[in-house]
Amino acid sequence: MTDSTNTAPKERSGIEIRNLYKIFGPNAEHYIEAVQNGMSKDELNDKHNHVLGLQNINLELPPGQISVIMGLSGSGKSTLIRHINGLIMPTSGEILYNGRDVMKMTPDELREFRRHETAMVFQKFALLPHRTILENTRYGLDIQGIDTAKSNPIARRWIDRVGLSGYEDYYPNQLSGGMQQRVGLARALANDADILLMDEAFSALDPLIRMDMQKVLLDLQAELKKTIVFITHDLDEALRLGDTIAILRDGKVEQVGTGQEIVLHPANDYIAEFVREVNRGRVIRAATVATPLPEGDTPLPKLRLKGATTLELAARKLAERDVRNATVLGKDGRPMGVIDMHTMLTAMVTPATVDDSEDEDSEEDAA
Amino acid sequence: MASSCWGLPELICQFPALPDKTLRLMRMGIDNGFRGIVRHYSDQIDAATRPLQWFLNTLENAFTNTPWFIVLAVILTVVWLASRSIKIVIGSAIGMCLIGVFGLWEDTMTTLAMVAVATMIAIALGLPIGILAARSDRFQSVLSPILDVMQTMPSFVYLIPVVVIFGIGKVPGVIAVVIYAVPPMIRLTNLGIRLVDKEVIEAADAFGANSRQKLWGVQLPLSLPTIMAGVNQTIMMALAMVVVASMVGVGGLGKNVLQAINNQFFTIGFLNGFALVAIAIIFDRASQAFGKRLQKHSEAGHD
Repeated sequence: MTDSTNTAPKERSGIEIRNLYKIFGPNAEHYIEAVQNGMSKDELNDKHNHVLGLQNINLELPPGQISVIMGLSGSGKSTLIRHINGLIMPTSGEILYNGRDVMKMTPDELREFRRHETAMVFQKFALLPHRTILENTRYGLDIQGIDTAKSNPIARRWIDRVGLSGYEDYYPNQLSGGMQQRVGLARALANDADILLMDEAFSALDPLIRMDMQKVLLDLQAELKKTIVFITHDLDEALRLGDTIAILRDGKVEQVGTGQEIVLHPANDYIAEFVREVNRGRVIRAATVATPLPEGDTPLPKLRLKGATTLELAARKLAERDVRNATVLGKDGRPMGVIDMHTMLTAMVTPATVDDSEDEDSEEDAA
Repeated sequence: MASSCWGLPELICQFPALPDKTLRLMRMGIDNGFRGIVRHYSDQIDAATRPLQWFLNTLENAFTNTPWFIVLAVILTVVWLASRSIKIVIGSAIGMCLIGVFGLWEDTMTTLAMVAVATMIAIALGLPIGILAARSDRFQSVLSPILDVMQTMPSFVYLIPVVVIFGIGKVPGVIAVVIYAVPPMIRLTNLGIRLVDKEVIEAADAFGANSRQKLWGVQLPLSLPTIMAGVNQTIMMALAMVVVASMVGVGGLGKNVLQAINNQFFTIGFLNGFALVAIAIIFDRASQAFGKRLQKHSEAGHD
């Protein structure tokens, strides 16, 4: 799992989305004020035949982290990610990167921004069928006008990094879906852009291959520390990848937080519904449920666990060593709390912050 | 007259047309005006078509004056380079030899020169127009009725103004053939570019491709199969049109067919007709095989 204690260099800029609205339709400008003053999505659609794509999105996507934007189809997540590199222009609002507003860029500036600052991975791969894997991987570099003598070694290195060495001269449709998306990833990484936009990048893949690709991405990210915006409709994927997760519904942000925060404290019923089926043991970290260090000089348990250890892993370690409790270390590496089997089980089975209604449900089920 | 109309008054019986006199004046006015304009600019028109005339004559001379075995070798080499198929090359060799045996070699060369020039012009015009049409919906909506007219207007009809403007000879012939042959090139180029996968275009955009890079790097290569179908259609239409063009003084196989029609020479008609068919098949198979070869990346599936 990710080590969410990534420390990004101070200078780097994240992406800031402010008061973003997007209305689809021929006369979008005309209705923006009414929408800002509270006209509902349904009213806009029924009376004026315009579609409200996004309403009042405010998000900070921190640098060097994976920010997941999660939502079901029609929630506006794909629309939102396309705003970041200006493939879709907002009806109103700002997208700031390094102090510059993407919306205000001239076409030339936008092109330069896309060439050097962003790279994108697509749900259906969107590889160029007439180019070989090598040529596909260096596509972004070709667009930048970099000589093949320079770009080929770069492309080869990334093909190697995503595990496709030996396939350089194949054409995309000679490869399986999972392999094609590795090419999509290599193409994006070869661009050496700070921002990596991934639009449901793994959604078209089989579950096992998807897990595999998630691991590839996490391994690469541990080293590259890019600012990744990852779109998905799959909560498990969001929890696995996301340093922070924003949940989108009907073009509105419902909740923003870390995976733990969302699982432990869902902001409303909609999200509670979502997180019900989640395997908590893989989301909740030891530090979250650890009890404070005992007072005085009671000896601490010998087994030491990092604060970021998931409960599932912690439980396995305790079981392996056949002990009942362990010391949890803080970010500074010093003991910050103690965890025992009972606390862990409670947290994994029912939320640590007991949700009464759910408790009653389970009792009824038992009866 | 009234008897055919159940005794109805004339206004209801016959569609009220403009008076004969008005129509005659209108016809004469337009015709004379048109002729006047043409006469006035005849020097300029001649000057404008001179390069075309020269190009046509040079190519025709090259085809007809070169010894037959060299021409045959060149044709077969081109077919081989395009198709890389020994079957198509052998078929072409048999076809060309039969044409020679029946004494139609020289006429065939004239026709080939004509079709080659017309096709080149049609592609040179059709490709950029097709690209423009794909980029602008407004241009497409203006263009599409014009193409409809070009394709459905009987070719004999637009031979009339062509002859009035350019006179009799090869140049008006080529122009008539191009008018007839260019619509499929335009239409299929337009269609091909419009059918390119939106996701791939979006990917090109996302990587910062400008419109030139998108056109040459994505749109044209991906629409190549459709564009090649357009080239193929253009060649076929040009071959079909050379017979009609012989009415305005184009030589070659078409002229023989025309004579055969006028004199009811059954055998000559069919021999020349089959010679045209043979050329058409050679062109068709070679250009299709070429188009397919360009798409070799789409053939091999991964499983």
